[in-house]
Amino acid sequence: MAERLSPLARFEPVSTDDLRIAEIPFLTQVNLRVDPKSRAAADIGLALGAPLPTEPNTYASADSDVFWLGPDEWLIVGAGARADLEPRLRAAATGAVEAGRVHVGITDVSAQRTALVVGGPKARDLLAHGCALDLHPRTFGPGRCAQTMLARAQVLLAAREGGEFRVFVRSSFAGYLAAWLLDAAVEYLP
Amino acid sequence: MTSHHRRHRRPGFGGEPLRFRFDGQDYEGLRGDTLASALLANGVRTVATSAALGRPRGIYASWTEEPNAIVQIEHPFPEPMLQATTVELYDGLVATGLTGRGRLSDRPDPARHDAVHAHCDVLVVGAGPAGLAAARAAAGSGARVILADDRPIAGGSLPDTAETVDGVPGAAWASAVAADLAGRPDVRVLSRTSVFGYYDDNYLVAVERRGEWGGQGRARERVWRIRAGRVVLATGAHERPIAFADNDRPGVMLAGAARAYANRYGVLPGRRAVVFTAGDSAYAAARDLASAGVEIAAIVDVRQAPGARWDGAEILSGHVVTGVGGDGAVSSVSVSDGREIQADLLLVSGGWNPVVHLFGQAGGELRYDEGIGSFVPRSARQALEVAGAARGVFSLSGCLEDGAAAGARAAEAAGFRAPPRHPAPRASDDGASDNGASDNGASDNGAPDADEPVAFWLVPSGDYRSHFVDLQRDVTVADVVRATGAGLRSVEHVKRYTTAGTAHDQGKLSGVLTSAIVAHAIGADIAQLGTTTFRAPYMPVSFATLAGRDRGALHDPVRVTSLHDWHVAHGALFENVGQWKRPWYYPRPGEDMEAAVLRECRAVRQSVGAMDASTLGKIDVQGPDAAEFLDRLYTNMMSTLKVGAIRYGVMCRADGMVFDDGTVIRLADDRFLVTTTTGNAAAVLDWMEEWLQTEWPSLRVYCTSVTEHWATVALAGPGSRDVLAGLAPGPAVDAASFPFMTWRDAEVAGIAARVCRISFSGELAYEINVNAWDGLALWEALHATGAVTPYGTETMHVLRAEKGYPIVGQDTDGTVTPADLGMDWVVSKKKAGFIGKRSFARSDTARPDRRHLVGLLPADPDFLLPEGAHLVESSTLPEPPVPTLGHVTSSYRSAALGRTFALALVSGGRERVGERLYVPLGGEPVPVTVTHHVLYDPEGARRDG
Repeated sequence: MAERLSPLARFEPVSTDDLRIAEIPFLTQVNLRVDPKSRAAADIGLALGAPLPTEPNTYASADSDVFWLGPDEWLIVGAGARADLEPRLRAAATGAVEAGRVHVGITDVSAQRTALVVGGPKARDLLAHGCALDLHPRTFGPGRCAQTMLARAQVLLAAREGGEFRVFVRSSFAGYLAAWLLDAAVEYLP
Repeated sequence: MTSHHRRHRRPGFGGEPLRFRFDGQDYEGLRGDTLASALLANGVRTVATSAALGRPRGIYASWTEEPNAIVQIEHPFPEPMLQATTVELYDGLVATGLTGRGRLSDRPDPARHDAVHAHCDVLVVGAGPAGLAAARAAAGSGARVILADDRPIAGGSLPDTAETVDGVPGAAWASAVAADLAGRPDVRVLSRTSVFGYYDDNYLVAVERRGEWGGQGRARERVWRIRAGRVVLATGAHERPIAFADNDRPGVMLAGAARAYANRYGVLPGRRAVVFTAGDSAYAAARDLASAGVEIAAIVDVRQAPGARWDGAEILSGHVVTGVGGDGAVSSVSVSDGREIQADLLLVSGGWNPVVHLFGQAGGELRYDEGIGSFVPRSARQALEVAGAARGVFSLSGCLEDGAAAGARAAEAAGFRAPPRHPAPRASDDGASDNGASDNGASDNGAPDADEPVAFWLVPSGDYRSHFVDLQRDVTVADVVRATGAGLRSVEHVKRYTTAGTAHDQGKLSGVLTSAIVAHAIGADIAQLGTTTFRAPYMPVSFATLAGRDRGALHDPVRVTSLHDWHVAHGALFENVGQWKRPWYYPRPGEDMEAAVLRECRAVRQSVGAMDASTLGKIDVQGPDAAEFLDRLYTNMMSTLKVGAIRYGVMCRADGMVFDDGTVIRLADDRFLVTTTTGNAAAVLDWMEEWLQTEWPSLRVYCTSVTEHWATVALAGPGSRDVLAGLAPGPAVDAASFPFMTWRDAEVAGIAARVCRISFSGELAYEINVNAWDGLALWEALHATGAVTPYGTETMHVLRAEKGYPIVGQDTDGTVTPADLGMDWVVSKKKAGFIGKRSFARSDTARPDRRHLVGLLPADPDFLLPEGAHLVESSTLPEPPVPTLGHVTSSYRSAALGRTFALALVSGGRERVGERLYVPLGGEPVPVTVTHHVLYDPEGARRDG
């Protein structure tokens, strides 16, 4: 059997003093939809080790990163290949669902998006070429995330410690976005 | 070449000589020059020719307000319609003067342009004294500040007027303040950056000129899209011209501009000057020019009792300039006392107009200020402050104070606490009266502070045909009077009738003057007339700059599947489907499209082919009410579908017209996977969410897009079962164990897969879905069997058309019902309700002459009908309008049928099967026979292999 292949398998990572751009391939990702006030939401939070974030455009980090996407929607991203993430969430919700009156949507979307890390002192300047949001640490510090446009691709953008950003992009747009990032980075590369 | 007008005593100028060429002549200038200052230094007075009248024109102003000196850059890259006053000189520049119209390059622009989004608490526009003071006050509060200024160096008019602040030359003070600001962590100072648009919600757009050509991938111009909490407009003022006879001649120049050439550039724009003024600021200009070496022959002051005095020249108070003499450029000036004074320079100052363009764009309202004879801001609609000369505060000390106060207000309004105010800087005009009244013209832009000018715009005359109002558009007072004589009363109408104010400079100098002349002509009050509307851009911006990096391959995203690289490596040509690249066909060496598609079609009909179907939209629908939800969305019944089974479905809009189609897979009692057409993936998800969120919030359903999570391969043809069985030893694949329209989880080539037995070709076929990471492995394993031919979208289209399967968006156009497509069976008669149901009861959807999907066979089996061609009843065309019966929606050459065929939407088509119709294509109408839309295997015998 051939190796599995990530959308940016052929992308040459950038690593300079000013800028780092690299793909983080094969992350396990699960889309969760549930009423945040329900027992199912609480049970899933317990299973994840942290309550589901309900403040818009924030994320919580426990053993997974849990990104707020909407009032009843989250993206849960586990490190590396965690094939049990979806069944684990489903199991956590089962009790409440079977008790009735609450329903969940739990969907494996691991290959739907790939992730890029954009870091280094020029990361914010680079993203500002294509992202209309204010990414200054005063307004978009670690723990913040947003679904927005980067250039002409929809992305989920998250700020991490150390001025680093993580960019989740639909797999079909990943090649375009990587090419766009490299082109935008021309002035920041030696 | 040495210059006979220039003298070199310019502080801050490097003095590096630069060679340039203008109108075929070689010249030398200095770094820091504009093309205009370098031309004046070389004694070049006539720079361009007027567009309509062919009159010689010179340099009239010193910055973006220049109406005359329009040039074409020839080298290093052709750029049309630039103002010589704003082109920074560089070595090797080649330019020519223009007559109203430039020339675009016929080769691609090699320069890079880009764009940046920026955010701040306070944006200050203009780095003159008011802007610098505002930025300093705002920055001191901790607010994030952007200071944008269009000149190469900070200071606004300070380098033009040579005034001092805190005892140092104004220009030096300005650079020190700008440098201090630039060094602070949350302050950004943008020089050479023109804010040209002010839109709603304090969204402003600027263009930064970042350098000469050829800089190592560096963007030459950059668009800044700025979102500001609060804006301080410190945009200064433009000096106002006066309309008199031949006021367009080379040698006529705004007084403040001449002062700028002397002080900022060290260039003397003439040798002997007459000053024509309505206010005091021109006296300061005269004094500066005199001390630089220009002989001031006389000051003609329209006021009977000028406030200013100067004993360096004769003052002719209560007089006006009635005309200029000379063949081309000015050689003498005629005065109303009858004198003709020899001079090569006529300095004009009719007062000062605050630069309120951005304020106007922001929706601000203006009021007329009698004291300065111009319009000033009255009330703002957006979160902004106006400071300094832009609101009629013309003294330097006033601008410094006004700016500091505005900056502090802006910061506080943005939620910051401004620190206690610095003691205001000491301006050279503080207590200036000790020089007598002779030197109070000091200011932002050199405009006066004391003893304001009377409003004076027009020198009366019996003949207004050479009293120019808009020099670039060659509009005279006579033209304006003709417009008002034709009954026009609004300045907007006069603008459009005369074109005054429509040139590259957008009426920076002519706007208020035009309003004044209209007021004069119709006896109205200028305060009531107002100005024309201010619109972006404030100054010319090139399309290349606005396009930025959104060109070439980055113009529009290209979406690709996980198999894309394989398709490329195997020679596929691609079809654009929305933003997707889909393999169109895979030509072998020597094959054209027709040969390749016929071969691919034969492979599927006779053995086995594989197609990348990953672009199909896929939506996971979960929840206890999922089945009920799908029953309401689709025209047919979905709730009766058994787990493990698949059903084709059609969705309509509320009007009963086909919106999308696809398959529905039941994964569990409470879970379905819905597929959509490639182009409608997002639209269908939006449609579902719209109904769930607005109409049916009680339904317990969640929808999630999984389009790109899966790679999907269609494996089609009579040999597909054997190929699948070879790679997936697990499940039984015989027709009884794995029937049509069911799905199985299986391992295919060792990869976890969901295999669906569905067919879009009429052949035995499977769709194999795997995690997109494994897509290439699956695809390669299929091809490694040696039995499989890759096929593209063109073959898929032919095969489905042979079977009469419509493609939504190609065979439908939003006016087609399921019944029109011959798919009555897909509309449930049992369901209580679904979207579109009520529309099927309308008489219109039951009209017998509705257009039906039918097949067409051209009489000549080799003739390929063009898609979109119309159908008519008879072989001879009647007089137009010719009634059309419908049009061809799909047309192909069929390997299976051994001939060409087409699908068409034809009025009453099902009743016309067997009829002969005609397709007029210019020559003899082409005869075709109408057939049923299913042309191949109508019994459906082939789908079980």
